[in-house]
Amino acid sequence: MEDPLVIAGEQFASRLILGTGGAPNLDELERALVASGTELTTVALRRVDPRAPGNLFDVLRRTGIRPLPNTAGCYTARDAVRTAQLGREALETDWVKLEVIADERTLLPDPVELLDAAEQLVEDGFVVLAYSNDDPVLARRLEDVGVAAVMPLGAPIGSGMGIRNPYNLAIILEAAGVPIVLDAGIGTASDAALAMELGCDAVLLATAVTRAREPVLMATAMRHAVEAGRLARRAGRIPRRLYAEASTSFDGLADLS
Amino acid sequence: MKVTVNGDEQVLDAGTTVAALVAALGLEPRGIAVAVDGEVVTRRTWGERALAAGQAVEVLQVAQGG
Repeated sequence: MEDPLVIAGEQFASRLILGTGGAPNLDELERALVASGTELTTVALRRVDPRAPGNLFDVLRRTGIRPLPNTAGCYTARDAVRTAQLGREALETDWVKLEVIADERTLLPDPVELLDAAEQLVEDGFVVLAYSNDDPVLARRLEDVGVAAVMPLGAPIGSGMGIRNPYNLAIILEAAGVPIVLDAGIGTASDAALAMELGCDAVLLATAVTRAREPVLMATAMRHAVEAGRLARRAGRIPRRLYAEASTSFDGLADLS
Repeated sequence: MKVTVNGDEQVLDAGTTVAALVAALGLEPRGIAVAVDGEVVTRRTWGERALAAGQAVEVLQVAQGG
């Protein structure tokens, strides 16, 4: 595998983690998952609904995509830890996308509860991928308690506002000793490419694909955007300059006066 | 005995186990997690874990989420 994403010793060829939230139906979701090329997909746990058509568990089984249970909707460390334990039971995985939100309007992470939950879950043997604010200090504190990846937001969940603070992200990336996954805020392909160009190890997105007019097309776009952004990062971009720099030599220019 | 299952009160036979409740709901055990009074019940203990009157059971499955 060339240039794999490595989280907690596991290798992934795809650097796009696609969430399953927000898709209009399971058929569309399955096609989008396949089109995205993702190898890791977030799922939630909710009360069983016998009337619901189809079963997401069957989609996971059919596609062979590894599930990453989340703790979406939890406001406290206590609830997040219990939800993570339920996810471990349901999906037989120690991996968890830890999400502890502060309020419904912003869905921003509550840093105090998040750090507390991360510490407890690491202690309990979980591989924690922590959804975080774009705060370099919080990122460092999360890494200190042993999370496997820090996942700073680009903008609030579902906002599609892109990466609002690339400078904070640069500071997070510079100091990081674990993979940094840009999570939340991606609106379109250029946002995902930018995240990778800035040096993120991967991108996690859901709404941008599942609520696009054509989810399968957008999933394909995101796949290419993440690949292109990663390649551009590895290739090394030219510096920005205010004035032009000719790519064609002036030497040997004909005298036509 | 009366037990609350996912917020709805249900009447179950005394001594009903978690495994029996999951089966009665018509669910395959895989992809399911159960909590009783807020505590996670690991799957390998479902068969021996008898429910008691007044308990609140949450039966959860994988759902779409970001």
